[in-house]
Amino acid sequence: MTSVLVLAEVAADGTVRATIDSLVGAAGAVGDPVAVAVAPPGHRDAIAERLRAAGASRAVVAEVADAGVLVSAPQVDLLQAAVTLVEPVAVVVGHTVEGREVAGRFAARTDSAVATDAIGIALDDGAVRVTHSVFGGSWIVRSGVEGGVPVVTVRPGATAPTAAADAIDVEEVALDPVDGVRATDARELGGSSSRPDLRGAAKVVSGGRALGSREQFALVDRLADSLGAAVGASRAAVDAGYAPQALQVGQTGTTVAPDLYLSLGISGAIQHLAGMRTSKTIVAIDRDPDAPIFEIADLAVVGDLFQVVPKLIDAVEARR
Amino acid sequence: MRIAVLRKQVPDTWGERRMDPTTGRADRDASDAVADEIDDRALELALHLREELGDAEIVLVIMGPDAAEQALRAGLALGADRAVHVVDDALAGADLLQTGRTLAAALSREAFDLVLTGVESTDGRGGVLPAMLAERLGLPLVSAATSLEVSGGTLRAERATEFQAMGVEAPLPAIVTVTERFPEARIGSFRGIRQAKKKPVDRLSLADLALAPAPAASVVVDAAAAPERAAGARIVDDGTAADAIADFLADRNLI
Repeated sequence: MTSVLVLAEVAADGTVRATIDSLVGAAGAVGDPVAVAVAPPGHRDAIAERLRAAGASRAVVAEVADAGVLVSAPQVDLLQAAVTLVEPVAVVVGHTVEGREVAGRFAARTDSAVATDAIGIALDDGAVRVTHSVFGGSWIVRSGVEGGVPVVTVRPGATAPTAAADAIDVEEVALDPVDGVRATDARELGGSSSRPDLRGAAKVVSGGRALGSREQFALVDRLADSLGAAVGASRAAVDAGYAPQALQVGQTGTTVAPDLYLSLGISGAIQHLAGMRTSKTIVAIDRDPDAPIFEIADLAVVGDLFQVVPKLIDAVEARR
Repeated sequence: MRIAVLRKQVPDTWGERRMDPTTGRADRDASDAVADEIDDRALELALHLREELGDAEIVLVIMGPDAAEQALRAGLALGADRAVHVVDDALAGADLLQTGRTLAAALSREAFDLVLTGVESTDGRGGVLPAMLAERLGLPLVSAATSLEVSGGTLRAERATEFQAMGVEAPLPAIVTVTERFPEARIGSFRGIRQAKKKPVDRLSLADLALAPAPAASVVVDAAAAPERAAGARIVDDGTAADAIADFLADRNLI
């Protein structure tokens, strides 16, 4: 069986980012997922356990003293070491800020081909085939790679997670990363820890400018909580200060592909649609009967969200 | 201080964008080509730094066909000093690896203190090219910056990842990619447009960069228009929309 390396993103406190679940799922379609993680000292075992739960039966881990401070450098070194150890058919990273930095540096260092923003990977007659959704989801492109170990950045949440592995075999690697960009401070984004993270969530409720104020944006939070969904926002809502930048869905911001995307008061600028068009089911509520988002919605609701949403929260609660 | 600003010509997002199913490349005839808006923000940042530091030379760098010169002239009109245009028929359909190799060679011909560009293009949306350049040039990369200060030989920036707001520090020279948090480009003037016509644009071929044409390592296997997402049911709220939505979600096992 072939192996595929999967880079786990790890927070400064040793928490493995939730994106790992869908990335291991994507890798599993091509070979045995081998997770790769840079760990703060003392977190090796906890991280390995989380990687096992994500479905990896093997991991390559490096404990690095400055793991939370050095930006991307240790991850590139570790991937390089892991490629030698594992001889994978592909390297999978998240299509995230960190994932893309690591992918670009790794590809340039090893002269490997890169395929970006994949929504799926498959083996076709022994060759790695990558599926991309481009131009805001209006075109589907499949690409292949001639020679070398391809690096694939996979859109988090676009692929289904897989079952936990029974056990995980951990190899430790020592690194001496170069000093380049150093973090001087970092604040975690995303607010409520009880709410699912936008990236990788099965359901997303997003609010737009029509929410009118930061206080009224809480209605989006309430509906999201009743559905067990993550919260997103349009660029207009972020620019107006109703929601933090981390919640922005769209061309800049996060691209999501959940089972359910429920938009509240978002007209649907092309840049927003680009970030959510591949959602499996789209429900949109907006006052404007001509809102562009209605053209791609499975259920379009013309109405006042301040009337509809409180009743919808009650209806959802009643059916649980 | 010498600042390079990388540019790219992309299909206008306000029109329909198409792929060419036979070549698997963007169909550049199907839509108007424009300078990528995110790179204009990088240029605006360069212009701002020049005003702040008093003395800086701003050099635009692009790889693309002859027509890409438009994107350079537009940037020169906004105030950049000169431009480098890497243009070679052998680069048509270049993949990221080739593009990275080529632009790195173009940038290494002179000593830049700072290389600025957009965090990702609005067409490819790959966002890995800046890291490829950083690796080949041996430079620090600050990606997804939301603010930037330069003093002495050091830069300080705020960056926004999907998970964190982060302050970072790095030595110059360095590469910085900007997000939409940076201001839009200023509006060009007629005087700027007139002056832009006279500003130097250095055209470089692969041979000028001492590079040999190389086959693409990533190739498109096929491209097809995604099935149209047809509009589904539509209801106008008469007081019962909430129940209709709940029914719809329940039917699809979404609650």
